[in-house]
Amino acid sequence: MLNYAIFVFTIAGIYAVLAQSLMLSWGMGGIVNLGLAGFFAIGAYASAMATKWGGIPLPLGILLAMLAASLAGLVVTFSTLRLRDDYLAIITLGFSEVLRIVANNEIALTGGSDGISGITGGVSRAGGISYALAWLGFVSLAALACFLAVRRLAASPWGRALRAVRDDQVVAAVAGKPVTRLKAQAFALSTAMAGLAGALFGHFGSYVAPDMFQPLITIYIFLAVTLGGNGRPAGAVLGAYVLVVFLELTRFTTERVGGISPLQGAALREITIALVLLVLMRLRPQGLLPERNQKAFPADGPNPGKPP
Amino acid sequence: MQGLLQAILNGLVAGSILTLPAMGFSAIFAVLRYPSFAVGALASFGAYAGWVANHQWGWSAQAALPVAFVVAAAVGTLAEWVAIRPLEKSGTLMMAVASLALSFLLENILRFGFGNDLRGFDLPLLRDMTWGPLRMGPQQIKNMLLALGVMLAVWAFLRLSNTGRAMRAVADNPDLARLRGIHPARVAMITVAMGSGLAGIGGMLLGLDTSIDPMTGTRLMLSIFAAAVLGGLGSIPGAVAGALVIGVVEELTVYAISPAYRTPVGFLVILLVLSWRPSGLFARRAEA
Repeated sequence: MLNYAIFVFTIAGIYAVLAQSLMLSWGMGGIVNLGLAGFFAIGAYASAMATKWGGIPLPLGILLAMLAASLAGLVVTFSTLRLRDDYLAIITLGFSEVLRIVANNEIALTGGSDGISGITGGVSRAGGISYALAWLGFVSLAALACFLAVRRLAASPWGRALRAVRDDQVVAAVAGKPVTRLKAQAFALSTAMAGLAGALFGHFGSYVAPDMFQPLITIYIFLAVTLGGNGRPAGAVLGAYVLVVFLELTRFTTERVGGISPLQGAALREITIALVLLVLMRLRPQGLLPERNQKAFPADGPNPGKPP
Repeated sequence: MQGLLQAILNGLVAGSILTLPAMGFSAIFAVLRYPSFAVGALASFGAYAGWVANHQWGWSAQAALPVAFVVAAAVGTLAEWVAIRPLEKSGTLMMAVASLALSFLLENILRFGFGNDLRGFDLPLLRDMTWGPLRMGPQQIKNMLLALGVMLAVWAFLRLSNTGRAMRAVADNPDLARLRGIHPARVAMITVAMGSGLAGIGGMLLGLDTSIDPMTGTRLMLSIFAAAVLGGLGSIPGAVAGALVIGVVEELTVYAISPAYRTPVGFLVILLVLSWRPSGLFARRAEA
C-alpha cells in the first residue's frame, strides 16, 4: 500500500511538471498545444537513448531531453506561430501522432513497439522502497522547481507581455510587444518542461514504448489544468494531484461495476474522464483556483507612483 | 510502371472517400470557425450505424448509407448543442479542445458498445474488374460513384438552396449575414448536421472498402487535416481537391516507401503548405 501511494504521487509529480508546461503555453500564452504527449515522448526517448546507448550520465541525459523537446517545439511551430492559433492546434496534434508512428516503425532507432527497456534509474533499484522514495523526492523537487519558475515568469514583465498577447494579439502588437517572439519563447520553454517530465518518466519507470504516449495523456493534462485553474501556476499543481487521485478512483470504481468486461471498464473510465473535462469547461472554466486580476498599480502598494 | 498506375488509381479511390469527411471538417471550420477534432469519431459513428443496419437488420449497403448519415448528423448536432456551443464565449480554441475531448468520448462509447474487434459489412462477393494490368473492385467503383453523388448533392445544396446560400453568407461574413436577417445559430446547427453526416457517410464508405473498429475515423484525422489545409481551411471545393491529392500522395507513399508512412506524409504536406502557402494551394482568398 505504501509502495502504491509512493508510485501514485511520483506519477502525480510528473503530471504536475506537464501541467506547468501546459500552464505556460496555454494558460499564459493562449497557445494550444495538443501535442503535449509528443513532446513528453521526445524527452523520454532522448534521455533513454542518450543514457543507455550513449553512456551519458543521467543529469546530462535529462538536460539533453529538455533541449531536444524544446528544439522540436521550435521546429514544429516555426512556420505556424505567425498564423492563426487553430493551425498550431492541428500541427501539434498531428505531430504527436506522427511521432508515435515513427517510434513504432523505426525499429533500429527506437526499438519499435518493444520500446527501450533497462533505462538507468540513477540509484540502485535493489534498495526497494528507498529507490521509490528517492524518485518521489526527486520528482517532487522537479515539480516544485517548475512551479516556482512559472510563477516567477508569470509575475515578470515578460509574463505580463505574454498574457497581453494571450488576451489580444493585435493590441499587444500595437503596444510594441514582439508577439511571435514571445509566443516562440513561451512554447520552447513549455516544451522543454514537457521534455523534462518525459525524461523523469522514462528513468523512473526504466522503460519507454510508443504506446505510453497516447493522445489521452494530453487530455489528462488539459483536465488537470482546467480543473486547477488555467490562469494560476498553483492551480496547475493542485489540478495534477487531484487528477491522479481521480484517475485512481475511476480505476477502482470501474472495476466494481458488475457485468462488464475489462475492455468495457477501460472504455467507461475514458468516457468518465472526457465527460468530466467537458462538464468542467462548461460549468467551471476558471477552475478551483481562478486567475487573480492583476492591477498595474496595487492600491496598497508601497509606491503607487512608480510602476512595479 | 504498372505498380505506379495502380497506386494512383487506388489513391483516387481513397481520396474520393476522403473528400466527404474533409468537406464536413471544412464546412464546420468555415461557419463555426473552430477545427472540429470530433469529425473522425463521427465518421466512426456513421460507420457503426451503417454496419448495424447492414449486418444486424440485413439492409443492403446502399440502403444503410442514409442511416450512417442520419445517425452521425444527429450525434454531431446533439454534441455540438450540449458540449461545444456553450463554450463559444470562451473562444474557438476552447471549442477545439472540447471537440478533442468529445472525440475520446464518442470513440469510447463505440468501444463500450461494440468492443475493439474488426467488423466487416455483408457484401456480395464480386470478381475484381481488370483493364490490362490494372484492377479495381466493383465495390470500390460503387463507393467512388456514391461519393461523387454525395459531392454533387452538397454542391447543389450550397449553390441552389436558401439554406446553402445562408451558410455561405455566414462563412463569408457573419455580421453582414445577420444584418440580412440570417440566424447564425440556426445556420451553424445545420452546418454541423451536414458536416457530421458527411463524415458519417465517409466512415461507412471506408468501412465498405475494408473493415471497421472504434478507431476507424480517428485514424483518418491526419488525412482530413491535410486535405483541408491543402485546399485552404474553410474552402469546400478546396477540401475536395485536397482530399484527392492527399489520397494519391498517400498511396504513392505506400507504393514507394512503406505502408507505415501513409499518414506521416499527410503531416509533412501540412507542414510544407503552411510554411509556403498558408492559405492553401487552391485558395484565392488569403486567410492568415
